[in-house]
Amino acid sequence: MHAVIQYLISIWVPLVCALVIVGVLPLVTGYIVLMERKVMADMQARLGPMRVGPHGLLQPIADAVKLLIKEDIIPDEADKAIFWIAPLISVTAGMLAMSALAIGPWFQIADLNVGLLFIVGISALGIFGIVLGGWSSNSHYSLLGALRSAAQLVSYETAAGMAVVGALLLAGTLSTREIVTAQGDYGTWFIFAAPVGFFIYVVASIAETNRAPFDLPEAESELVAGYMTEYSGFRWALYFLAEYTNMVVVASIATTLFLGGWLRPFAGTPAFNFLDYFPSALMIFVGAYCLYRAPKQPVKVQQLFMMVLGLAFFGVALILAAPLIGRVNDMLPGLKPGLHGAFWFLLKVGSYIYLFMWLRFTFPRYRFDQLMRLGWQFLIPLSIVNVMGIGLALVLHRQWGWSHWTAFPLTTALTLLVAGWLGWAGEKKDKEHVFVGES
Amino acid sequence: MADERIPFATHAESTVLGADEIVLNMGPQHPSTHGVLRVKLRLDGEKVIGSECVIGYLHRGVEKIAEHRSYQQFAPYVDRMDYVAAVSNGLGYCEAVEKLLGAEAPPRARVIRVILTELQRIASHLFWLGTHALDIGALTPLFYCLREREEILKIFEKYCGARLTTHAFRIGGLQYEAYDELEKDVERFCKPFDKRVDEYESLLTENRIWVGRTKGIGILTAAEAIDYGASGPVIRASGVKWDIRKAMPYAAYDQYKFEIPTGKNGDTYDRYIVRLEEMRQSRLICLQAIENIPAGPIMGKVGKVLKPPPGEVYHAIEAPKGELGYYIVSDGTTQPYRVRIRPPSLINLEAFDKMIRGHLVADVVAIIGTLDIVLGEVDR
Repeated sequence: MHAVIQYLISIWVPLVCALVIVGVLPLVTGYIVLMERKVMADMQARLGPMRVGPHGLLQPIADAVKLLIKEDIIPDEADKAIFWIAPLISVTAGMLAMSALAIGPWFQIADLNVGLLFIVGISALGIFGIVLGGWSSNSHYSLLGALRSAAQLVSYETAAGMAVVGALLLAGTLSTREIVTAQGDYGTWFIFAAPVGFFIYVVASIAETNRAPFDLPEAESELVAGYMTEYSGFRWALYFLAEYTNMVVVASIATTLFLGGWLRPFAGTPAFNFLDYFPSALMIFVGAYCLYRAPKQPVKVQQLFMMVLGLAFFGVALILAAPLIGRVNDMLPGLKPGLHGAFWFLLKVGSYIYLFMWLRFTFPRYRFDQLMRLGWQFLIPLSIVNVMGIGLALVLHRQWGWSHWTAFPLTTALTLLVAGWLGWAGEKKDKEHVFVGES
Repeated sequence: MADERIPFATHAESTVLGADEIVLNMGPQHPSTHGVLRVKLRLDGEKVIGSECVIGYLHRGVEKIAEHRSYQQFAPYVDRMDYVAAVSNGLGYCEAVEKLLGAEAPPRARVIRVILTELQRIASHLFWLGTHALDIGALTPLFYCLREREEILKIFEKYCGARLTTHAFRIGGLQYEAYDELEKDVERFCKPFDKRVDEYESLLTENRIWVGRTKGIGILTAAEAIDYGASGPVIRASGVKWDIRKAMPYAAYDQYKFEIPTGKNGDTYDRYIVRLEEMRQSRLICLQAIENIPAGPIMGKVGKVLKPPPGEVYHAIEAPKGELGYYIVSDGTTQPYRVRIRPPSLINLEAFDKMIRGHLVADVVAIIGTLDIVLGEVDR
């Protein structure tokens, strides 16, 4: 009996997970876009979308419907077959990369032993969609965008890869599940052991997903929309989906590698066990806010909608609170890590994406040569030094028996010193190299 | 085929790697050519090795219209040239006709003109700052700038009922008396405004990316700026202390104390700093002006039918974008024989090719932005 259940689980869980990812991700993407617009509005002293549904909550659905029924335009001069297939490549690569991610100990399609290598490799394939799409559009803007994208991805993939290597040295495994477990065993997240690596990964992952301030491939004010200038309707939406899927993927990688994956903050310290109540508390807070706003909505339907939404949040709070009851926990011991793990993982991913948005609305855009200089002259050397630093710390710790508390701060300080020198040298070079307009 | 004049130097310039050049056609439909400017760029990779601005997409024949309208009838048309700074346009035209008539606006009218024109300068610079930052990729300053500009537009609306193309002044003075709380409104706007400018600065001035994108970009030396006939913030950023408000005072500018901010390098960054400082100076002028608005009539002695004596006149004012000049020839009838307008945007735009050569595609939008052009004025 037990074996049969095990067998069914081993088949059905990945299948259900895959269906959930394929089915829910577009919706989640829509709501990330809404969140982005709301965050942007908040930072810009505006309200953002307010029309479709209360507080614009149905805006993503309206947008999706609009994009679906829009006319699908293919330029006459375009290379039609490639033009067709290019956005699909991007989306497929992004979705496929999700398959090895562990969103909580329960939710994972495949626990590959080369998990991270797989994710990094597959998500890098998405660039083909961008380059081919830009090239097949037969437009100068698209071509420039595609070329920029190719150069940018190649450069920053290197830095990101080296940053990942740093964390992998600490974990000693490529499986996403075991990386998280390793952080539990260490008693600290890798962001504290390798802060420089985390910083490099943040910068490189922004560049990899073509987000501002590195959004040169689709720089709106220069290249109109870069590689997707000629795209419209649903094909355009696919590119959009790919971009946001990639954001989720890099955020998940960062969460897994550096932010402790699904682990609760201070997971190993019983004194912080009260944090177990945080998921429910947060949901109750959000639900209460929905109920508080409900009577203020102008239309009856909207009031009802907000009320239902608030109650739904209360329901989620109840579900999240269930494993905290002793008897339930005894009956289903896997429930707590499963539910709470998913909660913490998604919370971390959300915060990481929020960081992306924050940076986007704060910084101007880099120029292409500056982007390349930052990548090749600063980030890549620094990421190599970072790997060597972590290696040194591990040698000090494992061979020479230094404690964590001396080895890692020491090497981090050394790495920061190198970073300072790299920045200083780059600055000096910039000053010597005065950019003179030459004709 | 006739349109395919190749605008650039016809000999093939050597390119790195001997690759082909591509010609990129930017505009007239483009998010950041500030209207319907069309720029043909010759590119080697991303490097610009030649450019030509194609203008005229917004040509409405403003100068020709003038010949078929009476002097008063033409006044609202000038507001449609630089629609971001309509009040300044109106001021230049009204003063030019007054000069032709030999009339003068009464002191009260002149002071109110100064207040509104300086507010308009701030509004124009705010709009420039927002869009310029947007072009370079900073999304947020635009909305802070528009928030402040809105306050100014509200003052205009209270004064004359219009926000954008205001037609605020009349030949000989003003049509509308200042409303009761004009001083208070202006003060309420101006008092905290320098803090607001500091806020924009905190977002951009010391931002590494912003400095990297603007320093050393589109350099125009003082001599070149003079050769091109550049004016306004463009020439001042190159280090030439040229401001018509000081050099040839008009309206009531001789009564107020203010500085002419100048730059050193004549690059995009200096033009940015100069414009920000100009906003602060305009604020000071407004504050000085509202302290003492003389009483008296607001309309000078000009007849209902304007018939200037035959002759010609050139009158220039310091519009937000530079020297805005009106050259009017009268043949003694009620309609001007010829009106020629010297639009600062057009003449500043002439320097574009000089500034862009050798830079990258991304700098094209930075330089178009820094020139602060309005296509309504370029094409007229």
